[in-house]
Amino acid sequence: MIGGLFIYNHKGEVLISRVYRDDIGRNAVDAFRVNVIHARQQVRSPVTNIARTSFFHVKRSNIWLAAVTKQNVNAAMVFEFLYKMCDVMTAYFGKISEENIKNNFVLIYELLDEILDFGYPQNSETGALKTFITQQGIKGQHQTKEEQSQITSQVTGQIGWRREGIKYRRNELFLDVLESVNLLMSPQGQVLSAHVSGRVVMKSYLSGMPECKFGMNDKIVIDKQGKGGTTDEPGKSGKQSIAIDDCTFHQCVRLSKFDSERSISFIPPDGEYELMRYRTTKDIILPFRVIPLVREVGRTKLEVKVVIKSNFKPSLLAQKIEVRIPTPLNTSGVQVICMKGKAKYKASENAIVWKIKRMAGMKESQISAEIELLPTNDKKKWARPPISMNFEVPFAPSGLKVRYLKVFESKLNYSDHDVIKWVRYIGRSGIYETRC
Amino acid sequence: MTDSKYFTTTKKGEIFELKAELNSDKKEKKKEAVKKVIASMTVGKDVSALFPDVVNCMQTDNLELKKLVYLYLMNYAKSQPDMAIMAVNTFVKDCEDLNPLIRALAVRTMGCIRVDKITEYLCEPLRKCLKDEDPYVRKTAAVCVAKLHDINAQLVEDQGFLDTLKDLISDSNPMVVANAVAALSEIAESHPNSNLLDLNPQTINKLLTALNECTEWGQIFILDCLASYLPRDDRESQSICERVTPRLSHANSAVVLSAVKVLMKFMEMLPKDLDYYGTLLKKLAPPLVTLLSAEPELQYVALRNINLIVQKRPEILKHEMKVFFVKYNDPIYVKLEKLDIMIRLASQANIAQVLAELKEYATEVDVDFVRKAVRAIGRCAIKVEQSAERCVSTLLDLIQTKVNYVVQEAIVVIKDIFRKYPNKYESVIATLCENLDSLDEPEARAAMIWIVGEYAERIDNADELLESFLEGFHDESTQVQLQLLTAIVKLFLKKPTETQELVQQVLSLATQDSDNPDLRDRGYIYWRLLSTDPVAAKEVVLAEKPLISEETDLIEPTLLEELICHIGTLASVYHKPPSAFVEGSRGVQHKRLPPRAGSGESTESPDVGQSGPSEAPPAVIPSQGDLLGDLLNLDLAPPTATVPSVQPSMQMGAMDLLGGGLDSLLGGDIGGSPSMGAGLGAAPAAMPASLGGAPAVGGGLGDLFDLGGGVGMPTGSYVAPKTVWLLAMKAKGLEISGTFARRGGIIQMDLSLTNKAMSVMTDFAIQFNRNSFGLAPAGPLQVLTPLSPNQTIDVSLPLSTSGPVMKMEPLNNLQVAVKNNIDVFYFSCQYPLSLLFVEDGKMDRQVFLATWKDIPNDNEAQFQIKDIHLNSDVASNKLQGSNIFTIAKRTVEGQDMLYQSVKLTNGIWVLAEMRIQTGNPNYTWMCWRRPHVRECVSQNDSPVIS
Repeated sequence: MIGGLFIYNHKGEVLISRVYRDDIGRNAVDAFRVNVIHARQQVRSPVTNIARTSFFHVKRSNIWLAAVTKQNVNAAMVFEFLYKMCDVMTAYFGKISEENIKNNFVLIYELLDEILDFGYPQNSETGALKTFITQQGIKGQHQTKEEQSQITSQVTGQIGWRREGIKYRRNELFLDVLESVNLLMSPQGQVLSAHVSGRVVMKSYLSGMPECKFGMNDKIVIDKQGKGGTTDEPGKSGKQSIAIDDCTFHQCVRLSKFDSERSISFIPPDGEYELMRYRTTKDIILPFRVIPLVREVGRTKLEVKVVIKSNFKPSLLAQKIEVRIPTPLNTSGVQVICMKGKAKYKASENAIVWKIKRMAGMKESQISAEIELLPTNDKKKWARPPISMNFEVPFAPSGLKVRYLKVFESKLNYSDHDVIKWVRYIGRSGIYETRC
Repeated sequence: MTDSKYFTTTKKGEIFELKAELNSDKKEKKKEAVKKVIASMTVGKDVSALFPDVVNCMQTDNLELKKLVYLYLMNYAKSQPDMAIMAVNTFVKDCEDLNPLIRALAVRTMGCIRVDKITEYLCEPLRKCLKDEDPYVRKTAAVCVAKLHDINAQLVEDQGFLDTLKDLISDSNPMVVANAVAALSEIAESHPNSNLLDLNPQTINKLLTALNECTEWGQIFILDCLASYLPRDDRESQSICERVTPRLSHANSAVVLSAVKVLMKFMEMLPKDLDYYGTLLKKLAPPLVTLLSAEPELQYVALRNINLIVQKRPEILKHEMKVFFVKYNDPIYVKLEKLDIMIRLASQANIAQVLAELKEYATEVDVDFVRKAVRAIGRCAIKVEQSAERCVSTLLDLIQTKVNYVVQEAIVVIKDIFRKYPNKYESVIATLCENLDSLDEPEARAAMIWIVGEYAERIDNADELLESFLEGFHDESTQVQLQLLTAIVKLFLKKPTETQELVQQVLSLATQDSDNPDLRDRGYIYWRLLSTDPVAAKEVVLAEKPLISEETDLIEPTLLEELICHIGTLASVYHKPPSAFVEGSRGVQHKRLPPRAGSGESTESPDVGQSGPSEAPPAVIPSQGDLLGDLLNLDLAPPTATVPSVQPSMQMGAMDLLGGGLDSLLGGDIGGSPSMGAGLGAAPAAMPASLGGAPAVGGGLGDLFDLGGGVGMPTGSYVAPKTVWLLAMKAKGLEISGTFARRGGIIQMDLSLTNKAMSVMTDFAIQFNRNSFGLAPAGPLQVLTPLSPNQTIDVSLPLSTSGPVMKMEPLNNLQVAVKNNIDVFYFSCQYPLSLLFVEDGKMDRQVFLATWKDIPNDNEAQFQIKDIHLNSDVASNKLQGSNIFTIAKRTVEGQDMLYQSVKLTNGIWVLAEMRIQTGNPNYTWMCWRRPHVRECVSQNDSPVIS
């Protein structure tokens, strides 16, 4: 298991050092600094073995977190733990910086004592931890016996991510469906690869221990219901259901229930968290189509014309559109004309960057550029990197729809109808490229 | 709160100031001081001098202060063991506190204070805490048992904590269960033979129930523990798999990977034709792909594991090539791993896409990555024949870029392509020669020299080219020197008239001016060969080369199996068994996959032990990673070739000489000095003995066998006629004759009992004395009816090999006692050794190779079996009937060579090479893994064949 955990600043000075196992000595702290932080080379692996000691590290801004061990530990677990540790610290004191870590070192030691025992990760849910470890020192000395046992039962309990007795005057929840759509398209407009990776992020402000059930237009569920011949209003336009390649859930979701019935039921943590992640590859709505036309005029001139077409409902607006057209290394000058937005040649990035603030659906826009080249005797042809695009659209390119999110709280007197629910869809570009 | 100020005090005399502050009356000041102490401790200052003062602060009801003091104690108690005792009282008191948080804190901290004297005081509080009413205290105490075990294992056992810990597996709280499992697993690791983690269907059921309820970390502990369980049958295996699969949707990648581990392992037990098996395969792909959208560090761990999974079960991800395409922003470690997997998944179906990608990568910035991409293009050419032409033209394009390292890498892989497709792409040689001057890496130089030598007749100025290398001969690396020597000899044999001077020059350089024994030896061999018989030299040096294999860099199958059992762990990241990087006893246990389910496995990926007697015929093409290549290559190859990351091209350097050359040399004089072949095949002493199949017992037993003689007892698939073992006159009228047979994997002793006395015989029983192979009756002697006078009864007695072992003389001697209502009679008989050849004695080709190399010289023996008129196939089939398996076969100069393996019931392997000369029906067996058995076996073999 994890033998020790060190946090360093960018200079390699140790800010936190907690050793859990006897086989890790003080020299381990220095070994990592010398061999990894101060190494001349770029990092070649997140796992480093120095003198039979293994170091796992992650970096957050300029802070290094390193877990050390001499055993054959579960490597995936160590990294998951390091990420979790970062989450916990962020939840307690915000950004992970040298300043914040030094200011909270006592707190960090307390946390490390609690969430790692002899190198074994223990409950690391901030919701639970905050019930007894606070920045103002530890609670627990002046509590009643009931309160104490409530804390311990929560930390060890089945619902370790939520504490009892939460109360809100207004029960409210926010659902964000955040998708990033990835595309690689050939110059002829053929889709080489496309996939959507999406996340459902939930902010819940609900009283008590509510039981939630989340439903979406998952093809498997809809088809199952379809066979029963009951649901699905006919005549509704658009795709009815989507095929999800794979999804993963927050630990609050009952996985065995999902496996058997494909229903997503859970008791949510309080506040913001990521309910699920998913991936789809079929029937993706590609919000933009990029049509490139590159013509070489002689040896010293290139003519580039790029048309972008928006492919969604006219009533919707895409935002933050940016098209990046790569230019050859020997470019000497560029003239650009665009119908909409602003375009600029950025010599340092070897690209023409064309920005459009907003664009409605079913529209098209065009840019043309003349690129002058310096004559070179370089035999190597220009590799023509793909044209990439960034954007944000107010719908889910995968076609995912939230069908319902039901809330049941039997002990308190509020029902599903009293909960105010907000759903928002945001589609962003991932790696969205068209070859030219 | 600005605690950062504690880090800044660096002035002298600080310790004294702190001392004063620690003893201050004001609580706040005390706390401040302790914080300063901890800050100093963190940055590595020695503040152990403050020990008594800090410990004095322990008696406080301020929990924050208490925790800080505990932290200090954990760090310094070891250096001040006597003073640490002062703290014991507080701990013991805290363990009785009303607040469960304080009880847990005390027991947790106490376990971290590694002072012997303290551990004695720890036992009582720990015992109480293990049975505490509060689950938080119990889960902390469970881990504390592991801590205590680490300090003093004996104490833990004596105090009975292990049993209490086992009871906690049935605890009502899932987190207590998870921690108890973690603690037990750790303790069990240091007691490899104890049955500590007594896993049975009931406990497994408890674990599976807790799995649904505990934290993500707890799920990992439980899944890792489940992976070490061996289900009883395929049904249990399936039901566990069914309950583990939901974990594949967990957001925590470690949970997913641990679940994958359990499934990969238990899948082995499922029959392949089962519907569920297919379902499971399909279920595994999506979560593995999803892992690639995790943070880069986890992606790296996932990719290293996928690399293993793809080797074990390529079918899982064969359609997922695209997800391994490299993204521009991937960290370099992710890029390199993705590239590796891309090559493994490359097939005819996706090769066009893969090539397009690889070409892109070859223009990137990172040198290692570019090199690997270039090399990958070459690998694609070798793997998918249809793509070879495109690969070659891509490589030529890359050579045109004149980027130095790209050119060098390209030349190295083109050499491999020449090997794989001879006489196809030689038109590019001219382009390659243009780049001769820019090559500065040994590997590329060696490759280029090989090409020049190999195609000397087509390169007009080959002699000039090679001569130019010769000038700096002594500055070259061994690899290049060896290659140059061979290339010039080749050139000479092809164009003898113009190059005589050159060859003499290189031979004298190699033999007279060099300190390198490999080089000298090779020089002398050539020299003598050329001076005694130039025609033979031509046949040797310019002989056809064996083909090179398509897949390289495959992990050796037994290691792969072990690594599959370690999915998710460091071992899977390093691709090394835990024993390679873990000190001490931990992790040294070798994990194994469960035995495979029987049906339909032969279509499976490259794997061990899948072959039954009816398996496909032994492959005839010795490929690069194959028998001959390695066999002959090994001790003559330049030392660099044995570097862990064996690069395919390096081995070839030696092979063109040896693979084609020496074996035909040997083939020529088989009657004369076959010992030379053995000499070459023998492993150099430096090779680590890594034979997995021979357990320690085997070694001990082996020595005993030395004395063994043998009896030519006929055996095998047919059963020899019975011989009389016990004469009637010596046994009061009971005559026993018998023989031994092996039927369907069971050893049987066939007996005929004849009553030659006047009275009825009853109550038969049989017993064996201890013997060399632990033969013992597997059941009672089944003589149900009384044996009347002059009656003969035939019985078959199944034997097991699990009986007590004792050396016998001769080795295969068996002393038997038979009892009846009259008396007890003793006799001894001798059984054929081939009785002990087990059915799964077919060694994997790779393992065979590795083992063959390891055979020490003096373990070899050879002898001839005369006057048997069989061809190699018939012989091979016959031998297979006796569980002597042919691993590989090849033909050299009209001689068939069979490479064979045999496994004895006690796990000892015997390897053999058999030569059959078609014209002259002699069978030559040579090279035994275990010399001790050889005599026995040798004498047995003739009857087996005939």
